[in-house]
Amino acid sequence: MNPITPATTDARKGDVVAPTKEKGWFYTDTVKDHFFHPKNFLDGEEDYKDAYLGMVGSPACGDAMKVWLRINKGTDGVERITEFKWKTFGCASAIASTSMLSVMVTENEGLTLEEALKLRPQQIMERLGGLPNRKVHCSVLGDKALRSAINDYYRKTEQTDKIIVEQGRIIDKVLKITDHDIEEAVLEGADTLEKIQHKTKVGTGDPSCIPEVEQLLRFYKEKYFGS
Amino acid sequence: MHTIYLDHAATTPMDPRVVEVMQPYFIDVAGNPSSFHTVGLRAKEAVTEARQTIARLLSAREDEILFTSGGTESDNLAVMGIVKAQRQAILSFCHSRAGGNPSDGSPGLRFATPEDDKKPHVMTSAIEHHAVLEPLLHLQKIGEIELTVLPVNREGLVAIKDVRTALKLSTVLVSIMFANNEIGTIEPIADIGREILAWRKEHITPYPLFHTDACQAAGAIELNVEKLHVDLLTMNGSKIYGPKGVGILYIRRGIKIEPLMRGGGQERNIRSGTENVPAIVGLAKAFELVQENRETENARLIKLRDRLAEGLLKIPKTRFNGHPTDRLPNCVNISFMDIEGEAAMLYLDAQGIMISTGSACASSSLDPSHVILATGLSYEAAHGSLRFSLGHSTTKEDVDFVIAVMPKIVERLRQMSPVNLDMKYFN
Repeated sequence: MNPITPATTDARKGDVVAPTKEKGWFYTDTVKDHFFHPKNFLDGEEDYKDAYLGMVGSPACGDAMKVWLRINKGTDGVERITEFKWKTFGCASAIASTSMLSVMVTENEGLTLEEALKLRPQQIMERLGGLPNRKVHCSVLGDKALRSAINDYYRKTEQTDKIIVEQGRIIDKVLKITDHDIEEAVLEGADTLEKIQHKTKVGTGDPSCIPEVEQLLRFYKEKYFGS
Repeated sequence: MHTIYLDHAATTPMDPRVVEVMQPYFIDVAGNPSSFHTVGLRAKEAVTEARQTIARLLSAREDEILFTSGGTESDNLAVMGIVKAQRQAILSFCHSRAGGNPSDGSPGLRFATPEDDKKPHVMTSAIEHHAVLEPLLHLQKIGEIELTVLPVNREGLVAIKDVRTALKLSTVLVSIMFANNEIGTIEPIADIGREILAWRKEHITPYPLFHTDACQAAGAIELNVEKLHVDLLTMNGSKIYGPKGVGILYIRRGIKIEPLMRGGGQERNIRSGTENVPAIVGLAKAFELVQENRETENARLIKLRDRLAEGLLKIPKTRFNGHPTDRLPNCVNISFMDIEGEAAMLYLDAQGIMISTGSACASSSLDPSHVILATGLSYEAAHGSLRFSLGHSTTKEDVDFVIAVMPKIVERLRQMSPVNLDMKYFN
């Protein structure tokens, strides 16, 4: 018996295949539908100034996303997301995956915060019928924006103990700098990327991590200084 | 739906007249030019005739034209082949000039510094095609050469004084492209060539050799190697309505070059491999046709190009990329701020319009265009850059259709975008 289980067709769906094999690069019909007819994107921010805001990415790296949530506490005391509005700067898969996420979060009366916090990019991809492999890490950022917005909710409703920080992750693979180091730098007063780099040298060996550093900077600034 | 193909800088469709002259060489005259029988001889004659045509159009000699598999091979051969073949010669030359007493020399004669006889030096520009940049970066990485990558100004032009400043006795090769494939800027190749000639004369040296990648220029500009003062020139079929997978490298007579491929000794033992006879015949015909019709077609395209650029630049928050006048007649490159190029490209595709983008999302490397970045634009603007490249099939109606649909697409994507860049950073 072959001990290696061959990859299923489903598992390969999101893969980039050789250009000689058709379709490899291109998007599924679901992706195209959400790209050409995006659901729930926010046109005009005026009415959502009081909504809970989450941000992720930077336009310099090619993808940036903002998410606005409305959260209601039902009579049963459960907090549910009733509205998910978004804006995305990015390619087709970034737009489609945010659109799909907005549908997933708000369908069937909306997810509870607990459920929403568990959402992962893989689930969004599954609903989209797969994405080209190299698109995944850069364009499926919606779940992070969602978590960032939920943290905003916790902060504004004074449930700071519930704020979830993704901890102990290596950000700069070359210099082995973790998100803790970034957090520390922010606490020590670094409030720009330049100041963080001055303290940690993050990104000098692995510039690809800079967008993530910017994101962490924003997160910790919000968390500790509320701006 | 009517397809509007505005991606001629990526590749051109073939001219039917080119397809026609290629036909006999697929089946009827399908001999190997190296064979001594009649069919082989006919094939050899066809290759010789193609070589003569190309030599005539370049004002070169027959034995200076080398057929290759395309632009990438020609560029690689020029770069790697020259560095490898000339390495010893230039190092000995530098050695012979080392440690001399400047007062012994003729006026202006320069003496090599101690570093000069360690590594050959190569100069190129920041906006070169990857087929030139990548082999050079590789040679630099493995320690074979010292590399200078010249900057360009915001219009994409290399400054001749920068070339002059960076030249040294150990400079073995200068490689600057004729016209850029992304922004269409035409470099002052003849002026750079003259500058290099002057340097050689002044310093009594055969170096540096001068290479230009003229793939994008071949369809629009006269390519005369004597007027351009180039020693090596790359050109291919796929940008001039000819076949893909075929190109030439012009190598000035007497220049030693190391082969990339060894084998049966074809192409004066520099490029082994059975000649791609139909493609070679097609390349010569395509080059002849574009050069014959150059003036008329350029005049037609320039009108359409300027109409398109003017129409698109009416959209707010746009920035024109490239040189306003020293630019290919078919190229319009514009950054649309706050939106991402791949998304715009796919919305245009849905309207039947085929274009390219400098956005990272549309490249396999996930890096945005090095050309747009080299002109001093930020990552954000590079991600939003779109290239419209016109060609034989482009009509005024096509251009007007693009001008009509583009504002709606940009507006739609901006509605979805959280980004709102300040234009003061881009003007």
